Parts: sequence; structure tokens; C-alpha cells
Amino acid sequence: MDLKKLGEVPKSYVKEILNSLSKLDKLKKVPFFTGIHFKDAEKELNKKIDEYRRVDREARRVWKIVELSRNEGRPQCMDYIDGIFTDFTKLSGDRLTGEDASITAGLGKINGETVAVIGHNKGKDTNERVQYNFGMSVPQGYRKSQRIMRLANKFKFPIITFIDTPGAHAGLKAEDDGQSSAIARSIELMFELKVPVIAILIGEGGSGGALALAIGNEVAMLENSTYSVISPEACSAILWKNPSGTKLAARALKLTSKDLSRLGIIDRIINEPRGGAQNDPKRMIAIVERYIQETLRKLGQYSDEELMLKRAEKFENIGVFTRQ
Amino acid sequence: MSNDKKKIKCRSCNKNIERELYLLNYQVCPYCNDHAYISCRERVQIITDENSFIEQDIDLNSTDLLRFYDLKSYPQRLKEARLKTSLNGAIITGEAKVDGHKAAIGVMDFGFMGGSMGSVVGEKIKNLSDLSINKNIPLLLFSSSGGARMQEGIVSLMQMAKTVSSVRRVMEKNIPYISIITHPTTGGVSASFSTIADIIITEPGVLFCFAGPRVVEQTIKEDMPEDFGLAGRNLKNGQVDMIINRGEMKKALARLLRLFKG
Repeated sequence: MDLKKLGEVPKSYVKEILNSLSKLDKLKKVPFFTGIHFKDAEKELNKKIDEYRRVDREARRVWKIVELSRNEGRPQCMDYIDGIFTDFTKLSGDRLTGEDASITAGLGKINGETVAVIGHNKGKDTNERVQYNFGMSVPQGYRKSQRIMRLANKFKFPIITFIDTPGAHAGLKAEDDGQSSAIARSIELMFELKVPVIAILIGEGGSGGALALAIGNEVAMLENSTYSVISPEACSAILWKNPSGTKLAARALKLTSKDLSRLGIIDRIINEPRGGAQNDPKRMIAIVERYIQETLRKLGQYSDEELMLKRAEKFENIGVFTRQ
Repeated sequence: MSNDKKKIKCRSCNKNIERELYLLNYQVCPYCNDHAYISCRERVQIITDENSFIEQDIDLNSTDLLRFYDLKSYPQRLKEARLKTSLNGAIITGEAKVDGHKAAIGVMDFGFMGGSMGSVVGEKIKNLSDLSINKNIPLLLFSSSGGARMQEGIVSLMQMAKTVSSVRRVMEKNIPYISIITHPTTGGVSASFSTIADIIITEPGVLFCFAGPRVVEQTIKEDMPEDFGLAGRNLKNGQVDMIINRGEMKKALARLLRLFKG
């Protein structure tokens, strides 16, 4: 039994199996029990071993997707903006206390129609990454996004968001400036919008910081993007109390586009070029452009009121529970 | 707490308090005003008129939709939480009276898996919002939570959106929504329904922040002030309307409800 190879399964689980196996072996040696079959017990144990093997395999597979979603060669928000929208005009500041470069917001045109575009920036080199705070936004960023959304709502411009963030920034100033209420208010505002909203997860969809831009009439994920309540690293730190559970947490959290589609959380998986978006950014951008055009047409059939009601209904219906 | 049954040791100032006095004082230390944990049932008793609380959704239970396990399985953690708290979930909701004023009330319990918000909390808040709208009565939500429930993965993240949308419908109908943030409220609960209320109240010493002090300290390596995320700092920063002692909470809520009645 090569149980030692199950590197991603908690040691306590493997130990439990090994203990049971050795107990079984001992029982078999008791003369009184000779001739008695232990087939059922053995079958149970083998089933467990098979499950752990499967879990181990899945954890490794999911981890590859997590790594892909963070791949630095993937097209980022600015690449999609440059490639898809004409006349793009960047707008800055939350008109309250500042400007957060980790979120880009502005107006542009697609198919001759003006839209508002809002997205997270991660940056491509050290300089940019520092400038963008690695895509982790502060209240000023979420409030700027709210300002542009209100603007779009006023002038009836559809809104397109590109989500790519490890999560909201965790820092003293962000807390003092109201990080919680900034995110909560962003979510609330998105439910008030009477224009079509398309949210596209292009890389990492980290928790509340991602959700603050993701209340869409349509929510789509690129094939190798992720969307999660917590990063696998942080989840492992809390539940496993150390980093050993990171890959297993990645699997358990069900954060891939396939998982989210199966759970009914997202509306569409956007396929990526073979091997991932980083292999052919141009094609990736063209695929996303087509998706946006299609979806704008589709959402165009709904009235303002319907757009708002359908969005609320969609999110209020999410949940799995029993009555007993 | 000390083993001496007649005395309780305050966790904050270490002074010995007569047990009876401590309980009469709503588990608040009479010497240093430390507000200790109380269960959601105790909270309901303190806030609502006697026997006025009619609980709803008592049969709502969590399911292990992702077959989640870490060091323990999710069903195991649920079982332990149920045994520990005699609750089915991290919140109880229902209709009650506060000093004669009818209200839709939800109270979270940090004792149930850290008050974490999963599908059950989301659904109960949605149904409570509907109760508030249907009966045209104010909505009062007491939060106490570490955030979204990891064991329900992305579905728990979506409960942030679900609860925001639900309470938004209440506010849209011009029905007052008062959020009472109790110790501790962080993460997915601080960044959703609890911070978009018409009025936000908190108790002395309550930790209320998005990222907890340990997370901020570790990831950012900033110097942390002692009052990080605490009620006083939040009041100073404009994040809450007022800090109310537990013993005066009912009076304060009744006063607000009277004001909103016009």
C-alpha cells in the first residue's frame, strides 16, 4: 500500500487507514477467526483509500488551475480595455479622499455603444505591481468604482467589469477608511443599477474584493480563472493551522470555473486558448470581445426594471440548505 | 472564569465579581465595563419584551454541499457546534416586541462555528427581510461573526450578496433597518449586510473590521495601534453612529424605533 504517496491528504486520515489495516491484519491472525472473511471491512477500507487517491489527484489538478489563474502572462484588465474598447477614457478619483490605481475605471465604446468599464489591475512588472498594490484595492478604489457605476446608471451605459484580485487590501489605513462599508456599499449599489452589468473573472477572484465588482446580470469566468471565498493559503492557515493543507483547501473550496458553473453560481465559462490564456493573449482578448458583444445583445432585451429585479432574484436564490 | 461558583473572574481586569451580580449586569464587568460573550438566546431575552419573540425558520439546517473536510469534516464540525450551542445555525430570527414596538429581529451567535455565514444565515436573513416587508415592521440585525463560512466555499461568499440584496429591499420600502454590531464582526459579515444599515450601533470594546488585527499585522507588517478595529476607533473614524452599553441597548433601540415612527 503506497499510502505515503498521498501527499495532499491530511496525515491523520492516512494514519487512521493504516491503523485499521494493521488491526485487520492482527484479527486475521487470531486462530479463533480463521476461516472468517473480512471482505466487507477490507472493501470499506479500500473504498476509503480510493477516495483519498482521488482527492489527492484532484488537489494537484486544481492547484495547477490556481497557478494558471495567477500566471503573469495572462492578459490583464488593461489589455482587454486596449484590445476591445475604442475611445477609452480613464476616469480617476472617488471625489472623497483619494485615487486608487488598483482599480481602473472609465468610459469606452464597443460596437458604437458607450459602456463603463471597471476592473482590477495587477501589473506586469515590479514597478506596476507596486503601483497597483498587487491588485488589492482600498476603499478609495471601491468608492471610485461606485462613482463610475452611478455615472453609467445615470446615462444608461451598460457596465462591464474585469475581476482580477487576490482580495481587498488588509491594512490599517484601509480599515480606518472603512474597508468593510466600502465593499458592502459597492455590492448594494450594484443591486440598484438599472443598466446591464456583465462581470468577467479574468484571473483571480479573491473574496469580498472580487464580489464588490461582481454583481452582474451575467457573471462569466475564463476557463482557468478562480473565484473563491478565501485564498487556499489563508484557508489552510486557518483550518489546517499551517500551509500543509493549501492544495487540499484549493480542491475543497471548489473554486474553478467548472465547479462554479456546476453550482449554478456563474452563467458562462469562457474557453481559453489551448494551455491557457497566456499562450495566446490576442486570441483570448478576441474571444472575450465576442462574449461581451453577444451578452450585451442578449441583455438588451430586458427593461431597466427587469435588469434590476433579475439581478436581485439571481443572487437571492443562491444557497443550499435543508428543512428538517 | 474561576472555578469558584459564586465568583466570576473578569477576563479583562481580573477582578472577582459576584456571579449573580455579573449575570444581572448582562455579563458586563461592573468594574471595567468589559462586555463578555453572550448567546443569541440571552441577547433576545435582554432586548425583547418577555415572551414576545416568535422564532421562524427553526427547521433550517446546513448541508455539506461541497463534501468539505479539512482536519475535520464539515458535518462533524456542524454536529459539534449543535451540541455546544443547542442551535441549528449561527443566527436565530423572528418577530418580537421591543418596549412594545414590533420588529423583525435576527441575532447571530459567535458560539456556532464562529458565527460564520453560510446558506442558512443567508436564507434566514432573506426570510426575515421578507417578514419585515410583509408586516411593515423595522428590521434589527445583531451581527457577530468571523465572516463567510469557508466550508460552504463560494456559496458562502454569495451570501454576502444575498443578504445585502435582501436588506436593501427593506430599506427601499422606507422601513428602518438598524444594525447592531457585536463582538466580533469581521470579514464577509462586516463587508455585507451589517454595514449598509440606516443606523449602525455597536457595544463598548467590540472588534469590528474587515481584516482582523492578526491578518493585518502579518501581511502588512505595519505598527498596530492598540485600539485597532475597536468600537472607539470606529466611532472616531465615522464607521458607526453610536456605542451603547449592553444594559442600555433595549432603551436605545426603543428610542430609535419611536423616532422612526414619526
